Amino acid sequence: MNKFLFAAALCLPFGSVAAETLTVYTYDSFVADWGPGPQIKAAFEAECECTLQFVSAGDGAAVLARLRLEGVHTKADIVLGLDNSLIEQARALEIFSPLAAAPQGLALPVAWQDDTFLPYDWGYLAFVYDNTKHVKVPHSFEALAASDLSIVIEDPRTSTPGLGLVLWVKAAYGAGAEAIWRGLSDNIVTVPKGWSEAYGMFLAGEADMVLSYTTSPAYHLIAEGDPSKSAAEFSEGHYMQVEVAAKLAASKHQALADKFLAFVTSDAFQSVIPETNWMYPVTAVNVPEGFGQMITPTPVSGLLTVSDGARKAAVEEWVRALSQ
Amino acid sequence: MGARIEPVKTLAKPMGIAAFLLVVAFVLVPVLALLSRAETGGGGAAVWPAIRFTLVQASLSALISVGLAVPLAKALARRRFIGRGLMVSVLGAPFILPSIVAVLGLLAIWGRSGLFSDMLAHFGLGPLDIYGLKGVLLAHVFFNLPLATRMLLQGWQAVPSEHFRLAAQLNLAPRARFVLFDAPVLRGAAPSALLVIFMLCMSSFAVVLALGGGPKASTIELAIYQALRFEFDLASAAQLAIVQLGIGFAAAALAFHFGKAARFGGGLGAPVRNWDKRRLPMVLDAIFLLLAAIFIGLPLLAILAKGLAGLLVLPAGVWQAFLVSLAVALASTSLALGLALALTHLIETSRYGHMVELFSLLLLATSPFVIGTGLFILITPFASPFALALPITALVNAALALPLMLRILRPALGRVRHTYGQLAEGLGLAGWARFRLLTLPQIRSELGFATGLAAALSMGDLGVITLFAPPDVQTLPLLMYRLMGSYRMDAAAGVALVLVASSFGLFYIFDKGGRRAGA
Repeated sequence: MNKFLFAAALCLPFGSVAAETLTVYTYDSFVADWGPGPQIKAAFEAECECTLQFVSAGDGAAVLARLRLEGVHTKADIVLGLDNSLIEQARALEIFSPLAAAPQGLALPVAWQDDTFLPYDWGYLAFVYDNTKHVKVPHSFEALAASDLSIVIEDPRTSTPGLGLVLWVKAAYGAGAEAIWRGLSDNIVTVPKGWSEAYGMFLAGEADMVLSYTTSPAYHLIAEGDPSKSAAEFSEGHYMQVEVAAKLAASKHQALADKFLAFVTSDAFQSVIPETNWMYPVTAVNVPEGFGQMITPTPVSGLLTVSDGARKAAVEEWVRALSQ
Repeated sequence: MGARIEPVKTLAKPMGIAAFLLVVAFVLVPVLALLSRAETGGGGAAVWPAIRFTLVQASLSALISVGLAVPLAKALARRRFIGRGLMVSVLGAPFILPSIVAVLGLLAIWGRSGLFSDMLAHFGLGPLDIYGLKGVLLAHVFFNLPLATRMLLQGWQAVPSEHFRLAAQLNLAPRARFVLFDAPVLRGAAPSALLVIFMLCMSSFAVVLALGGGPKASTIELAIYQALRFEFDLASAAQLAIVQLGIGFAAAALAFHFGKAARFGGGLGAPVRNWDKRRLPMVLDAIFLLLAAIFIGLPLLAILAKGLAGLLVLPAGVWQAFLVSLAVALASTSLALGLALALTHLIETSRYGHMVELFSLLLLATSPFVIGTGLFILITPFASPFALALPITALVNAALALPLMLRILRPALGRVRHTYGQLAEGLGLAGWARFRLLTLPQIRSELGFATGLAAALSMGDLGVITLFAPPDVQTLPLLMYRLMGSYRMDAAAGVALVLVASSFGLFYIFDKGGRRAGA
């Protein structure tokens, strides 16, 4: 191995300079054939004269766990796929470096000020239902708790949407959150491990509503030509999930990493997002027609990022309320 | 044993010891790796409710599965009917289903808009509600009743058919038959089946969450996953893993205490015929077989029906994923088989055989997340774990299949030694020749079943690959989960069908190969 490196180093000054490789850690569905990954790789490589290499791990939480496991041995230059519920945990690791330049042209529903984490897409959590079976649906957590509609939610101990829901209720009701959860307990059919299981059970008819995103109906509409899914708009405002990218301070490709982060807010990147990741772009780039039919709720007040302690307390409260 | 030294024998012992060291490494090293990197003292979470629920659900799952398996295995052992061979094979199927596929298959039958709920709706009755402990038990019995049945069936098949004929000639009373045949068979096989199923259910996690109905149904394995994924609390994860190993150790010690191998002596290997012509047991057996066929068969049919439509929208990578899965499965099966044979030899010949066996069974109580994370920590400083994704997956799958293989092969090998050992030694038959001429033909049914299970389990396992796989490497289960994660439920159902069909195909080839002798 060392011999090989030595030989390679000898050759470098004489041969053509090998193309730089930028390693981006992200979650699984980003790099799938049908996800944003392949198109973004092609677009970036066309302008950077480099190789963009994605490395994937389960979901956002798994990506963060992997970074912590690897510690100083990490090969990552960029991490793409953490969300706002994980940002404070990630920041505390002190392995990321600030953005080279303040992002241009962000058009999020809320002001975004963070010198390290760059948003690349976002979406609202929402309860999705079948509009051919239900016409009148509740428009607040209180109304949902009072109704006899059944819901499937994800476990906040194992999934980011599940955690988002717990933070959503906490942001909307504060000290009253535990009472809301007790009220919801007879609506909850079950609490599977992640989004895939929950959404699969909803499509199989196990519950009237499922915790997903306001953009979920757009997938069925655009990709399947099926207008039967809708998202319920809640008057408390909705939890915003913002997905972010950041640069590792230890990266040996700082300039290239900065170039990629600038590329993240370009039209070439942003226009791929809606129909591959089924989320909203963070700039004012055009979205497909079907997205125009989605509900446009307001964000729940407060709480974009959350401290480790507040997150743990909210999850413990959830466990307590539903264990009675 | 005499002074004769056989070349194979001298090699067999070191191989057995090497296999055992590998087992010890798999049980202990990942936990130690986690502790070496732990930043906190751990012990934060309130885990008592999780421990209690884990014990309750795993004990009940094991008792119900084995309890129902007794009449089913007995019926299969003493009746001959058209489709019996198929039924015995299909009994291998639920066990090898990926958990989410099995859950959706079960919900198609037992769910709120499943088959039975729809039928009840015709009579104006509300939908079935299976969520909670009963749903968890339903799923675990669906997974493990067939496994228990096969394990007990092996026990009954060890009774020479001449014994049954003699019992019929002597017109023995049912009670006498029970004392002579059924009781020793159960004493030999039931504790083992109970133990294996208890351990398998103890580390079940996705199924428990999907059907458990809420945080009241939380297991130790969930707490481990949470600690590793969200809290990055390696110390707590290691402590929980140790608790799980401790429970596994206690359960194994208990099962060893009560288990006693049945010894029936040799027969001529004539095919079993049904000498018992009484009407009532025949009717009861038929009812049991029919109910079991419905219970096992309906969810499988639902998976088939869902998957057929999905076959039309299979993604491009599916055949490549199939080949990767197949290669991993075959590699891990060969490895597991080698390890199992080396270990059984050590267990049979060593003075500490019992301890070796008990410790090997602890592999069932290990958490795949802990093993995966532990290996990740160990490998990262030296090599890229991504480059080693497939060898690591094969190795871990082999380790996880090993205890099952041991539980199936050990009784068979013990039986051969007990029945033919003296004869073989009198003839000077030893080493490889003894294995090839005597042991192999006698254990081929068990060997086929065990190998088939290992192959199918490896094929369907998501396990550690999620932690290691680079994006361009995918196995069938990984592809299925990636599809489900992006709304593509139909395509995922298609891939699930390909996965189930190929796992079952592998299982069938090995299992049928073993049973060719007509057992």
